[in-house]
Amino acid sequence: MSELADLLTYYNVIFLLKGMATTFALSALGCILGGLFGTALAVARLTTGPLTLPLRALALVFTEFFRRVPFLVTLMLCFFIFQFSGLDVSTFTVGCVTVVLIGTAFLAEIVRAGLQSVHPNQWHAAETMNFTLLQTIRYVVLPQAWTVILPPAFGFFILFIKDSALASQIGVIELTYVGKVFNNRGFSAGVSFGVILVAYFMLSYPLSRLGAKLEKKLGSSRTR
Amino acid sequence: MAHLELDNISAAYGKLRVLDGIDISVGSGETVGLIGPSGSGKSTILRVLTGLLKPEAGQVRVGGEPINFDKPAEIRRLRDRAAIVFQQYNLFQNLTVLENVMIAPTKVRGRKPRDVRPEAEHLLAKVGLADKINSYPDQLSGGQQQRVAIARGLCLKPEILLLDEVTAALDPELVSEVLDTIRGLAEDGMTMLIVSHEMGFIREISARVAFMADGKVVELGSPAQIFDAPEKERTRDFVGKILRH
Amino acid sequence: MDYTFQYGQVWPYVPYLLKGAWLSLQIAFLAFCGGMLIGTACAAVKTFGSGWMRHGVNAYVVFFVNTPQLVQIYFLYFALPDMGIFLSSYMAVLLGMTLNAGAYLTEIQRAGFESRRQSEMEAAEVLGFSRWQQIRYVILPHVAKVLFPPLSNHYILMTLGTSMAAIFGVEELTGRAFNINSETFRSLEVFSIVAVIYVVVTLAASVLLALFGRFAFRAKMRVV
Repeated sequence: MSELADLLTYYNVIFLLKGMATTFALSALGCILGGLFGTALAVARLTTGPLTLPLRALALVFTEFFRRVPFLVTLMLCFFIFQFSGLDVSTFTVGCVTVVLIGTAFLAEIVRAGLQSVHPNQWHAAETMNFTLLQTIRYVVLPQAWTVILPPAFGFFILFIKDSALASQIGVIELTYVGKVFNNRGFSAGVSFGVILVAYFMLSYPLSRLGAKLEKKLGSSRTR
Repeated sequence: MAHLELDNISAAYGKLRVLDGIDISVGSGETVGLIGPSGSGKSTILRVLTGLLKPEAGQVRVGGEPINFDKPAEIRRLRDRAAIVFQQYNLFQNLTVLENVMIAPTKVRGRKPRDVRPEAEHLLAKVGLADKINSYPDQLSGGQQQRVAIARGLCLKPEILLLDEVTAALDPELVSEVLDTIRGLAEDGMTMLIVSHEMGFIREISARVAFMADGKVVELGSPAQIFDAPEKERTRDFVGKILRH
Repeated sequence: MDYTFQYGQVWPYVPYLLKGAWLSLQIAFLAFCGGMLIGTACAAVKTFGSGWMRHGVNAYVVFFVNTPQLVQIYFLYFALPDMGIFLSSYMAVLLGMTLNAGAYLTEIQRAGFESRRQSEMEAAEVLGFSRWQQIRYVILPHVAKVLFPPLSNHYILMTLGTSMAAIFGVEELTGRAFNINSETFRSLEVFSIVAVIYVVVTLAASVLLALFGRFAFRAKMRVV
């Protein structure tokens, strides 16, 4: 226990909190930008006609690829691409690009499932009144689908908080990296990583409770 | 002159042929009724006329102009001229009654909300829902929702109104309010093509009635002919079964 | 970016990589089976168990679901030796993934148990089914149908998750990619090939699982 007290100095606690903030920021960015791009991909996949076929194919390949390649491998690909491109970017930027790519792929599927959950008769009614696809989605479908989209999207955000631990591998100074630094400074692995596990828990647990509440509330509310 | 003409229309869902050489015309201001057993292709005709299903053969003409179903612009033009009311109302659940009626004229046609609003309110008053304009669809009865759907169709100022079994999903006591609304439209001279199982109503309101079976028009004639003196065996069978109930 | 891809140097390593992929599949399979044992037991306790047992299971699930698998394995691999428990890197990864899977699979299975339909069971009871017959003919087929798709989905995620074994020096697919990278320095070539192998392997697994699910349980499953 005295080792734990030694570790929790003022500066170490600040360092730990910064790591938590970085972990949070990484996941939030991945979900916000990934949500925007993912929505675009989901809409692209709903287009019809031969003109937009390349768009549909591209969206399909993108979502399937980044959902079927491990986080670590995508991370290394991004890392080396930036390295060979000669662009001088921080490892944090590489981490951000990685989470946005992966977030886009996963959220595209969540959004697509949400859009498809809206009854076909709503799409038909809009179509017979000459709504364009974008008008249908904006005025009719998304307002009804967001209660279906939000709970799994929030769940993905919480999952991402833990998955982004891998960003420590390229030196992004997030929570897991902080644990490795503590360990390297001579604190025992048990205390170093124990503290980090507790910190993750403090980040993830309240959010998952919030997510459960959100799901319950949206589930019982009306569609609007 | 016939305002809407279907000339030898055939259509299929995949390999299943559902319309087989349909000839029907609707004159300006005329109401034509479509009757027949389930699966006879009545509703499919309306799907073709709203561009939800592309015909394989034949021609649709509106005001004498043939529609090319391969051209999205012509389908859009067709949809501007013919509005449909669905069996399940298909009101937008996220919008109020007034918003449901106003959204297509304002967002799709780009008209100013302050011009559309009086028209929408007038139409909603006409279908007897002046006091419900700020309600949401799930706060209304089926009959009320169906009347909103009719007002929504009318607010697009269509040349032709297509009604697809609009009372089939309603509780029996709510049917008459919707039928009264349609009767009013017929008196106003609206051009209508009506698919319905309400035989008494079809007989009363239609200038002509088409009896359909197996994707074909078996018999087309005045209500008196179809219901009292059908020429074809199939029609006699069907009408006989229906009227016995 | 003036980078020329040279796959020639990397091609000879493909059989070596495929052997790594086989090891990845083995790790995923073993961890999944272990996780299913834990998950089924814990889900049973959560559904039928007494108060204190349920609390114990809850604590386990909540802890593992709200912390990253990577840090859990760090803890097992680096902190347990201080307590006199020495695990090989392979065992640490396998144990970590199994415990992690157990927690997630508890949650998935509990949701499946709860989807039992009261009306169907009442119907079975009225028809004179014995308790065992109810389980055999009514509850199990329904639960299997409901559970199979999310379990398959988790299995795919676990296959991707095995890539973090590379960090501990296990020579599975990603681990071998790091090996080749340090020999040839053809980073992008290696990791892009590895990414494609992951896509192909998980896609094949998804197709097989979907076919099996439809055939055996009439579960509705999409691959893409």
